[in-house]
Amino acid sequence: MKLETLQAVQTAKAARKPVAIVKRIADGAEALVFPDTASGDLAGDAVVVAAGRAGLASARSETVETASGKLFVHVFVPAPRLIVVGAVHIAQALVPMAAMMDFDVTVVDPRRAFASDSRFPGVTVLTDWPDDAVERLKPDASTAVVTLTHDPKLDDPALIGTLSSEAYYVGSLGSRRTHEKRKARLLEAGITEAQFARIHGPVGLHIGAKSPAEIAISILGQIVQVRAALAEAKMPREKAA
Amino acid sequence: MTTTNEDILGAVQRWKSSGKPVALATVTLTWGSSPRPVGSQLAIDGEGNMIGSVSGGCIEGAVVKEALDAIRDGKPRLLDFGVTDEQAWDVGLACGGKVQVFVERVG
Repeated sequence: MKLETLQAVQTAKAARKPVAIVKRIADGAEALVFPDTASGDLAGDAVVVAAGRAGLASARSETVETASGKLFVHVFVPAPRLIVVGAVHIAQALVPMAAMMDFDVTVVDPRRAFASDSRFPGVTVLTDWPDDAVERLKPDASTAVVTLTHDPKLDDPALIGTLSSEAYYVGSLGSRRTHEKRKARLLEAGITEAQFARIHGPVGLHIGAKSPAEIAISILGQIVQVRAALAEAKMPREKAA
Repeated sequence: MTTTNEDILGAVQRWKSSGKPVALATVTLTWGSSPRPVGSQLAIDGEGNMIGSVSGGCIEGAVVKEALDAIRDGKPRLLDFGVTDEQAWDVGLACGGKVQVFVERVG
């Protein structure tokens, strides 16, 4: 691999742009394929560029046999995002665990005493109001959003903003009773039953979680479960023998 | 998805900028229950130091040896490991999976 190929991939990753390296297995020659452009030794080969584009569309790395030989398409898609509303105690467990899972994590809490960088080292912390933050962050189909404040002033605007986005996972901390009250408020605010049904609440898998770390595990476990089910639905894979 | 827990390409950049020779190994194909998905990478410097992984630790030793050869001769190679591979058995690839790994010199 050429060093400039590697550097271009790192630049694309930092800018959250998808990119594929297409490599000819026989000799290691390669092309760097973006959705709209291509560069590198094999960039003039239409078969190579088409293989790269197909990889970008499926977001899946694979070896393909083509008229231009055996190619390995290595797809780099932007890291999945997790937006955590509420810089609370549970967030302090959830955020580092999510970072270990490769989530690009943003913590949102307008209460500065909670949302200090020292409580969340190495993570983006926004002190915007949650509705402004959601508006700014624009949750996409690779974004999960979790609200943890228990405070309707903070959780509700974040949920309302998120429910009109493509976020693949929306979770909200609170008991069944809290969730019922939340439902009444959000329907009052114009959210439909179908939109409300997207919220995982009470949040997380039922594993009897009690401590902040256990609750964080139950939430992340649920996010993994939802994401895997979506991936399975999108790209049915042959069952391993 | 080809996300990784470590910034392996970042490590390659750092090694290269400090003047070290580097090889990169990438899982290109898997069959059955292989421990690491396609796209997983292992970076190896000229002294055999490594970051990342291409298996649960079963084949890394063999991959490092090939990586050092690739650093020396500059030729990329495609390696096959599986249940029938003696080297893999020797080090305990008992998961029943097969994996193909592409090894190349960087730069």
